[in-house]
Amino acid sequence: MIVASPKPIEEVINTVKDCKKLLILGCNECVTVCEAGGKKEVGILASALRMYFAKQGQQILIEERTLERQCDHEYLEEIRDIADTYDAILSLACGVGVQFTAEKYLSTVVLPGVNTCFLGATEERGLWTERCQACGSCVLASTGGICPVSRCAKRVLNGPCGGSTKGKCEISKEVDCAWQLIVDRLTALGKMDEYEQIAPLKDWSTDRAGGPRKVAKEDVQS
Amino acid sequence: MSLKTDSKLEKILRAGHLAVTSECGPPRGTDLSKVEEKANLIKDCVDAINVTDNQTSVTRMCSLAACIKIKLMGLDPVLQMVTRDRNRIAMQSDILGAAGFGINNMLCLSGDHQSFGDCATGQNVHDLDSMQLVQTVRHMRDEGKFLGGGDIAGPPKIFVGAAANPFADPFEVRVPRLAKKIAAGAEFIQTQCIYNVEKFEKWIGLANDRGLTEKVFILAGVTPMKSAGMAKYMKNRVPGMDVPDEIIKRLSDQPKEKQAEEGIKICIETMQRLKEVKGVAGFHVMAIEWEEIVPELVKGAGLYPRPEV
Repeated sequence: MIVASPKPIEEVINTVKDCKKLLILGCNECVTVCEAGGKKEVGILASALRMYFAKQGQQILIEERTLERQCDHEYLEEIRDIADTYDAILSLACGVGVQFTAEKYLSTVVLPGVNTCFLGATEERGLWTERCQACGSCVLASTGGICPVSRCAKRVLNGPCGGSTKGKCEISKEVDCAWQLIVDRLTALGKMDEYEQIAPLKDWSTDRAGGPRKVAKEDVQS
Repeated sequence: MSLKTDSKLEKILRAGHLAVTSECGPPRGTDLSKVEEKANLIKDCVDAINVTDNQTSVTRMCSLAACIKIKLMGLDPVLQMVTRDRNRIAMQSDILGAAGFGINNMLCLSGDHQSFGDCATGQNVHDLDSMQLVQTVRHMRDEGKFLGGGDIAGPPKIFVGAAANPFADPFEVRVPRLAKKIAAGAEFIQTQCIYNVEKFEKWIGLANDRGLTEKVFILAGVTPMKSAGMAKYMKNRVPGMDVPDEIIKRLSDQPKEKQAEEGIKICIETMQRLKEVKGVAGFHVMAIEWEEIVPELVKGAGLYPRPEV
């Protein structure tokens, strides 16, 4: 899923402070799972902002809404009738949801309430970690199912580098060395002979380097 | 003996001599005379001089410019190039520039992570990794082609090196990784600084068993310790460094003013011991901001005068 984290409240206050009427718009997908922008977080943020502005003696009407998804026309249509009644919509969806909402409601300011961080998994309650950078050309078949592009600080395709120490990355003792994990896994699978095959130069044109990307599945397009 | 390049380092190694290289870090400014001063301190006792590439991710004068300066002094520089800061266009371009100025050696590295340096908020590139950079230089030299397939007018005649760290983890891949670098085209290897001599001997022994030391020249890396404090810092703070406690003890047992002398002694002992080890083709002496000590180390190890080739 897409993992996000709430923006600092001071930053949010600064972006919404000139509004008279604000809609905080949550999303019921990834950001709900990572507890950054679901119905619960919409409620908490709305309360915090109401308290702040009340204390400042500032009149601001803050309403709450959470859609099934903000990255889908169908669900975004649900606020068609009300969108332009607000000075701004503070979207707690990922960057995709914020932009899709903005594209749909051109006359309303749409602001981000979270920082979109990475594609990751729930490691344990309250802890999400990165697993994928959407490079567009998956190498997991040759790396024991562990991704060096997203999990190695230098995205080394023929690792580990010389900074790997006791299973940890040179950047921090808190970060696992992806290549230690790869070697351990290849060893467990009896596939260390594959380790000595040199990974070729990667085609990054399917990554961010190639410009904005698109996936089209023609057989289902109308 | 068939030479692939005009490199003095290659000539020395292929002639069967123990080679000696050392390094210069470029200045944090524009004064090229600093490079000249450092090169002059070491030139008579080394065969080639590595020039570091923004080491520890601290911004400095570019390695290529400092290499050109050293080349113009009539010496043989080794251009260090990290994959952290350049994409494949910039690297191929710099390789051509280097070869154009008669720079005959390169050391291909991934580079320390930028979080160690003075631009921790910067982007890193890593379009290629160090192994793929080795492949790239060999491809350009031997095939006379760019990565994109076009012909190079005057391919770069560069002797290609890579680094090896026998002390990084996991140890069991350190020899397979050396094999990979050789398969990628590395012709010489400069190792991480050796303090744990036994572990190094184990590593090179395994490399000997696989016949790898017949395919590549391994220059054993050494760095003299200036003080017990430096030894502790290297042990605890420098990634991939293995400093045994007995080294720290030997230095700490000396009064402060004698610690540098003890550090020099340890370094010379290491070189003397490793000279006899099968598979060691020479030494890479990294006296960090202590270039003036290199002649004493090289002489102490019985590696002076340098052979004429």
